[in-house]
Amino acid sequence: MRHILSILLENEAGALSRVVGLFSARAYNIDSLTVSTTEDPTLSRMTIVTHGSDEVIEQITKQLNKLIEVVKVIDLNESEHIEREMMLIKVRATGKDREEMKRMADIFRGRIIDVTEKTYTIELTGTSDKLGAFIEAIDRAVILETVRTGASGIGRGERVLKI
Amino acid sequence: MQISGAEILVRCLQEEGVEFLFGYPGGAVLEIYDAIFRQEKFKHVLVRHEQAAVHAADAYSRSSDKVGVALVTSGPGATNAVTGIATAYMDSIPMVVISGQVATPAIGLDAFQEVDMVGITRPCVKHNFLVKDVNDIADTIKKAFYIAKSGRPGPVVVDIPKDVTQQRAEFHYPESVHIRSYVPATRGHPGQIKKAINLLLEAKRPYIYVGGGAVQGNAAAEVTELVKSLGLPCTNTLMGLGAYPGSDPQFLGMLGMHGTYEANMAMQYCDVLIAVGARFDDRVISVPSHFLSQPKKIIHIDVDPSSISKRVKVDVPIVGDVKHVLREMLDILRQSGQKPDAQHLANWWKQIEEWRGHNSLLYTPSTELIKPQYVVEKLYEITGGKAIVASDVGQHQMWAAQYYKFDSPKQWLNSGGLGTMGFGLPAAMGAQLANPDATVACITGEGSIQMNIQELSTCKQYHTPVKIVALNNRYLGMVRQWQEFFYGTRYSESYMDALPDFVKVAEAYGHVGFKIENPSDVEPVLREAFGPALKERLVFLDFRTDQSENVFPMIQNGKGLDQMDLPPHMRDVQQVPFENNRDYGNMC
Ligand SMILES: Cc1cc2nc3c(=O)[nH]c(=O)nc-3n(C[C@H](O)[C@H](O)[C@H](O)COP(=O)(O)OP(=O)(O)OC[C@H]3O[C@@H](n4cnc5c(N)ncnc54)[C@H](O)[C@@H]3O)c2cc1C
Ligand SMILES: Cc1ncc(C[n+]2csc(CCOP(=O)(O)OP(=O)(O)O)c2C)c(N)n1
Ligand SMILES: [Mg+2]
Repeated sequence: MRHILSILLENEAGALSRVVGLFSARAYNIDSLTVSTTEDPTLSRMTIVTHGSDEVIEQITKQLNKLIEVVKVIDLNESEHIEREMMLIKVRATGKDREEMKRMADIFRGRIIDVTEKTYTIELTGTSDKLGAFIEAIDRAVILETVRTGASGIGRGERVLKI
Repeated sequence: MQISGAEILVRCLQEEGVEFLFGYPGGAVLEIYDAIFRQEKFKHVLVRHEQAAVHAADAYSRSSDKVGVALVTSGPGATNAVTGIATAYMDSIPMVVISGQVATPAIGLDAFQEVDMVGITRPCVKHNFLVKDVNDIADTIKKAFYIAKSGRPGPVVVDIPKDVTQQRAEFHYPESVHIRSYVPATRGHPGQIKKAINLLLEAKRPYIYVGGGAVQGNAAAEVTELVKSLGLPCTNTLMGLGAYPGSDPQFLGMLGMHGTYEANMAMQYCDVLIAVGARFDDRVISVPSHFLSQPKKIIHIDVDPSSISKRVKVDVPIVGDVKHVLREMLDILRQSGQKPDAQHLANWWKQIEEWRGHNSLLYTPSTELIKPQYVVEKLYEITGGKAIVASDVGQHQMWAAQYYKFDSPKQWLNSGGLGTMGFGLPAAMGAQLANPDATVACITGEGSIQMNIQELSTCKQYHTPVKIVALNNRYLGMVRQWQEFFYGTRYSESYMDALPDFVKVAEAYGHVGFKIENPSDVEPVLREAFGPALKERLVFLDFRTDQSENVFPMIQNGKGLDQMDLPPHMRDVQQVPFENNRDYGNMC
């Protein structure tokens, strides 16, 4: 099953490679990974999307916790959470496709953030599924380039991940 | 007053009470070696290969309550250390390894003798540091020692660039460490401890399985008290040997791939198992599904949550330090005065005695060929079971584990997790330095000893009079055994040709050597080697043993604990009652 892990870790050189190294050394999957500093400059927050059986996810969580620089790990799947990913997608937009692309962007609540005579660049935010659905919905042939951030996640309601 | 980074490092090691620093110099650590030259508090031991420095430091830890320290230069010095670091990591041994690094401005420029030591060792250390600022040295060393020995112990590498050892700063050694992201467990959860006790008291066929965690956690006394007070049968893993006295009748021997018949059968057919600082290794329980095909409740005490339910899902996990947790269990048991049902326990012991009656470690004695098992038995007798025994890797390691009955923890030093040939001699050396009055033996093979034989020179220089017991079968015996069993006796590259004359080798290094070819000479030569006349000398005993001897019992890959290959005298025993009678519950 797909899981979203949220990790607070020391904002130190090498901490990221420890996490990534752990996943490759122990043959765990990384579907996506995002990381950046938080309001506390000594801490980074990472979101890893992974998949595996319950036993594997349990081991991943335990192994992450074992890393000295990891402060906290939570599996967002364990309670309600919100997930967002951003995609920038550059598409061919000429002739009748131009109108169609604008319409599709609107339907998916995307924004066109760059325009040339032949192209649109669309910014789209949502769950990873929604971004996937957009790609499915448009004609493959018009896609020139896509770049996705990978999912970030946060717990719903008043629950917070803090030290 | 400001002092150099190298001097700060030396002061830190002194503050940590370091007695010996095992190392080898080179460009990146010259500043440190200069600071060592100008101090007298600890002694530097100059090995002949960095791998040996790390094994010696590791064994110094294994055989004492202290943390061994090694120092190597950058580049090849650092990479030579990696096998030793991985060896300590796999067996959860506390150790601090300091490596030199090229100067910070040169990092990343493919500088002379530059390797990314932090990157290379990342997967085989508990933690590692690159110190980029002279003001961080003291703090980092304090943390390194703390991390190495707390929680689940392990090696910590501190990589220090040359310019950092030259820069100057004030020295202040921190009194305590706090790492917000690292808080190892000590006490177990009281509710879980209660559950565990209830399970043990209700058990019909209880069993205790003790591993390296009990040795490292200094919990032998608590293990013994628990075993005695509940009347439990006890087994140890290869790493746990000595955590419960090997000569006690409640000890069933080592379990696992080369464990005794009774230890393995009891593991398979117990109904409540308590695992103490042991990690359900594949060489111990073999195939998890087969192991669990006999229903049993499992209690698991381990300080590392990731060891729990890793290969085998357990019923009562207890995260905590073995010593603390066992003490709490013993307190509760003492207060309640409860015991498991005597009748059930008696039935269980009756079954165990029947298994034990087969004597799975029986071997065929010979008057012509020296049986390796016989050498270990005699060594046990002659050293009164009191020697510290360091071992290499192979058949000789298994015979040492099977036939030397270790009564105390930290008496048996071997590479279990990584299985590193070449561990034995440097380990014996490190253990001798940590225990100057102890008798230290190194049980080895003619293959393994040659992987670090250069340390005979270090042993001479530092007067470590270890006794090398080489079970020389002229084969990479463990490999040969597998080839005999699984590859139609095609002994591909497992024969050791062109062996040196080990007696001459020993003599060339200034030691004493004996070659022993007759069984009748085994005992007298051992007596001489371990006798008062040679007490201060390193003695190399080259026992020419039976080349065809195999280690039994043996569990083949993919087989279960009750599907052992048994020694010839037990071929008709097999594990019959159980193959056809999975409903073992009816038997007791
Ligand atoms: C040729 C060869 C053959 C082998 N055959 C066998 C065999 O037949 N039988 C066998 O048993 N092994 C055998 N091994 C060794 C095997 O590979 C493993 O190294 C060994 O079984 C692991 O022992 P262990 O379970 O005690 O764990 P260790 O590796 O000693 O791990 C210790 C466990 O205790 C925990 N721990 C540490 N400190 C504490 C503490 N203070 N409190 C609580 N928990 C703590 C750790 O987290 C860890 O989970 C063989 C090795 C070789 C090279
Ligand atoms: C460094 C290393 N290389 C290879 C092996 C694989 N290996 C395990 S046991 C063994 C044979 C050891 O031979 P020897 O030291 O003569 O011991 P014996 O088995 O004959 O007692 C080998 C090659 C290993 N464990 N370590
Ligand atoms: Mg051999």
